[in-house]
Amino acid sequence: MFKSSLLQLGAALRSKKISSVELTQLYLDRIAEHNSKLNAYITVNEEMSLMQARAADVQLAQSTTHALTGIPIAQKDIFCAKDWRTTCGSKMLSNFIAPYDAHVIEQFNRVGAINLGKTNMDEFAMGSSNETSYFGTVKNPWNLDAVPGGSSGGSAAAVSASLCAAATGTDTGGSIRQPAALCGISGMKPTYGVVSRYGMIAFASSLDQAGPMAHSAEDLALLLNVMAGFDERDSTSLQRETEDYTRDLNKPLIGLRIGLPKEFFAEGLSNDVAQAIEASISEYKKLGASVVDISLPSSRLSIPVYYVLAPAEASSNLSRYDGVRYGYRAPEYTNLADMYQKSRAQGFGEEVKRRIMIGAYVLSHGYYDAYYLQAQKIRRLIAQDFVEAFKQCDVIMGPTTPTTAFNLGEKKDTPVQMYLSDIYTIAVNLAGLPGMSIPAGFGGNGLPIGLQIIGNYFDEARMLNVAHQYQQVTDWHTRTPQYLKV
Amino acid sequence: MSLSINDVFKVAQLARLEMTEQAAQTAHVQLLNIFGLIAEMQAVDTSGIEPMSHAQDITQRLREDVITEHNQREIFQAAAPHIKKGLYLVPQVIE
Repeated sequence: MFKSSLLQLGAALRSKKISSVELTQLYLDRIAEHNSKLNAYITVNEEMSLMQARAADVQLAQSTTHALTGIPIAQKDIFCAKDWRTTCGSKMLSNFIAPYDAHVIEQFNRVGAINLGKTNMDEFAMGSSNETSYFGTVKNPWNLDAVPGGSSGGSAAAVSASLCAAATGTDTGGSIRQPAALCGISGMKPTYGVVSRYGMIAFASSLDQAGPMAHSAEDLALLLNVMAGFDERDSTSLQRETEDYTRDLNKPLIGLRIGLPKEFFAEGLSNDVAQAIEASISEYKKLGASVVDISLPSSRLSIPVYYVLAPAEASSNLSRYDGVRYGYRAPEYTNLADMYQKSRAQGFGEEVKRRIMIGAYVLSHGYYDAYYLQAQKIRRLIAQDFVEAFKQCDVIMGPTTPTTAFNLGEKKDTPVQMYLSDIYTIAVNLAGLPGMSIPAGFGGNGLPIGLQIIGNYFDEARMLNVAHQYQQVTDWHTRTPQYLKV
Repeated sequence: MSLSINDVFKVAQLARLEMTEQAAQTAHVQLLNIFGLIAEMQAVDTSGIEPMSHAQDITQRLREDVITEHNQREIFQAAAPHIKKGLYLVPQVIE
């Protein structure tokens, strides 16, 4: 059951081979067995999950149900879910019970999917290893000494270890794609504006985008069908025709033009990752694709630009945590200013404080033009590189990460080294393009490698097609960690 | 880049973050490293380039001028650290 696709699970539920209550209980039992090792979940609430499952079983007894009715989905703890503790991985919100549902949660509730629990994450989604979580680090199911990636590390580990049927994540600079790559699963960040940010706790609003994380491209397509859609409560949500993201899954790839940016294969890329990516490109050639050499000359600036823009937006977004309306308040203080300063100093972790300070500095008087404005101008250059590239190719491919998962603690105290691990993913967020990562082999240390696929704006259906066709002729996405045999 | 330890305290104060001397020392070293990474950006000629603030070139939607929010004070205040009679309690600010 734990290796079934979402379509297979849906079929089992509709043919009464298993009920949603039974399926949900199977996953809850598996979480109880393995979560103490992996720490993938922050909050599990059996009673609330099973209540939803009972309602789903009633729906399943009727004729009209959705493909995901009754299927247990793990939700990243960045999404507000009514009456669920919603912490965003922070002490600041460690006791916050969400009073309403995020749009993404509403969408899953609407089709009768089960909220299986809230997954661990880097604090306020700021991190690439899940080590900044107030609730402890997540372990990589493939090697418990390695990081799962971040910030959606809990979701990635939960999918990889089959502690859920599928999960949600969010991606501001690579937070879906990087952990998907390091944990050997599939993950997609859609075009900015496709999924509503309503009720998704804000980090850097012009970059944040939610997306699905699962075992296969086919599963991702089914999940995106539920998550995408216009929502007037998010001013950046796009008004577009509803799409069926599964529609092109089975199209052949003959004639597909794959762009390979030379900057993604330069110094810094480890040999085992380079070899695995080259092998996947060969596989695509066998499927009828051709390869075009392209260049994204400004992409080397994406990390400096990101570490100006994202902290600037974060320092503004996180100013709301003042210990007055919700969240942590320091136990002792002398006056109002002292209460703000102590509550924020005690409620936020080191990485979050660091980014708030970078943001406050680059936005401060005298530095705005030199940092913030300059970064916004280079952001346009980075986006224009992609516009030029897509004149020559249909999709862009390359590695998701320069190496396989690094060890816990290895980069924790050197923020700059940690930031560099997102070298291939950040430019996609700056441009607002869709990007995904799919399993493409294993490194010398036995840890998974991810192939990144970048598409043009709103080209998710084609990207899912490209990923799905690869998964028809390879089995990397079906591999599971040895000790977690299912 | 000449970020001094005093700048660190000033930024912490702007961001309403209490900072000990020791934390400021650590933050100073790390911020210098991060601004070293960011410095690469300064050499780029961006004259004539329009700043890009957003991924999509769209204009803000307008909505009908009708009430969409209803009073949910009790629900929202359930999450507050200190309230009394529907008011949020903070230390006295007016003598």
